[in-house]
Amino acid sequence: MPIKLLINLVYIVSAVMFIYGLKLLTSPVTARRGNFISAAGMFLAVIVTLLNGDIIDYKWIALGIIVGGLIGGFFARIVQMTQMPEMVALFNGFGGIASLLVGTAAYLSLESYPLFIMSTLFLAVLIGGVTFSGSIIAWGKLSEVISGKPVLFRGQTILNASIFVVALMGGAFFIASPANGYLSLIGIITFSLILGVLAVIPIGGADMPVVISLLNSYSGIAACAAGLAIGNNILIVSGALVGASGIILTNVMCKAMNRSLYNVLFGGFGAVTRKTEAAFQGDVNPISPEDTYYILEAACSVVFVPGYGMAVAKAQHAVRELSDLLEENGAEVRYAIHPVAGRMPGHMNVLLAEANVPYDKLIEMEEINRSIASIDVCFVVGANDIVNPAAREDTHSSIYGMPIIQVDRSKTVIVLKRSMAPGFAGIDNGLFYKQNTRMLFGDAKSSIEAVISQFKAV
Amino acid sequence: MGHEECRAACLICMGLVLVLSIFVGFEIISKVPARLHTPLMSGSNAVSGITLVGAIIAAGTAGGILSIILGTLAVAFATVNVVGGYMVTDRMLKMFKPKSDKENVCR
Repeated sequence: MPIKLLINLVYIVSAVMFIYGLKLLTSPVTARRGNFISAAGMFLAVIVTLLNGDIIDYKWIALGIIVGGLIGGFFARIVQMTQMPEMVALFNGFGGIASLLVGTAAYLSLESYPLFIMSTLFLAVLIGGVTFSGSIIAWGKLSEVISGKPVLFRGQTILNASIFVVALMGGAFFIASPANGYLSLIGIITFSLILGVLAVIPIGGADMPVVISLLNSYSGIAACAAGLAIGNNILIVSGALVGASGIILTNVMCKAMNRSLYNVLFGGFGAVTRKTEAAFQGDVNPISPEDTYYILEAACSVVFVPGYGMAVAKAQHAVRELSDLLEENGAEVRYAIHPVAGRMPGHMNVLLAEANVPYDKLIEMEEINRSIASIDVCFVVGANDIVNPAAREDTHSSIYGMPIIQVDRSKTVIVLKRSMAPGFAGIDNGLFYKQNTRMLFGDAKSSIEAVISQFKAV
Repeated sequence: MGHEECRAACLICMGLVLVLSIFVGFEIISKVPARLHTPLMSGSNAVSGITLVGAIIAAGTAGGILSIILGTLAVAFATVNVVGGYMVTDRMLKMFKPKSDKENVCR
């Protein structure tokens, strides 16, 4: 059997394993096995590619695999669960740059220049470049290497559009005169990198779930384009799967914020839409850890509502400890998870899983809202905009219409908060002024630990 | 078949693969529950490391020194994705525990 045929047959097997692996990811029970099957499919695809008779030199491949494997393995081990968004952003970027490099190398080794190959090469390089630089900026914002605030300036959209057009023109030159396309290729790479930076700087920290999802999708599309260019089916299949996954997640995130993708990408939320909103009447009721203990001690149903603040304070273990004490005390404890809580899709679920919270205690927003009026205490840990009743009540608010966890309808709300500073959206939160709300000020982790010591003192 | 016809058939075939994969992707991934969205992202990161296959061909077959350098860099980046992506996904999924040891129902 010719080796090329064998390689392509094994690619089909790998593709099936990727798809089956994703299918097993639809349940937490089988997910780990699915990941393993997917990894085995990848291993198979790589091994069989190494058998390709055209490969004359293995030492550079070995070097790349050893270096990449060590770096990847090292980061996978040391990364903290609170840092997952940064890591995923960085990996998206690596996927993008790999497609860009493969596209460029493929161009250099072309002997003839068919239109189809040139166009897909152009796409692989363009999308790969945007994904890379965009992801690096997203990584910088998430890890707070650079400010998470949206960077906005006059004529931004026009500038971005012009750079995009210039990149497309570079592509047209590249495709029209492929034999000496070096200059236009360098131009395309440069402009794609600039475009990625400019596309992500106007997007603020709390919109990162959307951006990471979108960049995830781009990295898949870039791989797909590279696959079309070099005529490799496994790249096309995998790239399409990842592209689809990213687009689905992007859509879920946008819906959870009640905003269009256009608005997220170009709106610069929180920086330009800040309106003067009605000042809230009434007083804020602060509460001490001791009184918090008395309220919790008497409660028979408690719902924790975690947000990004829990990740920042690394408070997930303290939350779990408190919930254990509450359960020993006879209370029913659950967790309400908003789809955009945190900085990436599913962020809170992973943090709580790390703290050994069983996943059947994690309830999605719609479900908890149905029964929230009967909950004794909602305990809000570092969440703000996702529990802001303005989304329901104030038609002038910039978050009006966003689905929220309606904690204000429960009997008592305890909000853990550093200070009265507004959340990411830059708007005041009427929840803090409600009669059934108590504010427990301070660092989330230390506050919870203070409540825990009250429990233990008894 | 002549050379041109063969190439056209090849393009159609790739187009078919592309379209079907997109459909399969949408069908399966829309069923992944929200609680597994982070592992889904890191896992799909690992899958997008499939560019490694293209990078291996570029690093091992191409003649020029420049394409070998580019190919080797691509191999390294894609391997980071593959190894890091699968390992960190496994680390996360290992933590997902079912059933609570304790079941309180509110009085």
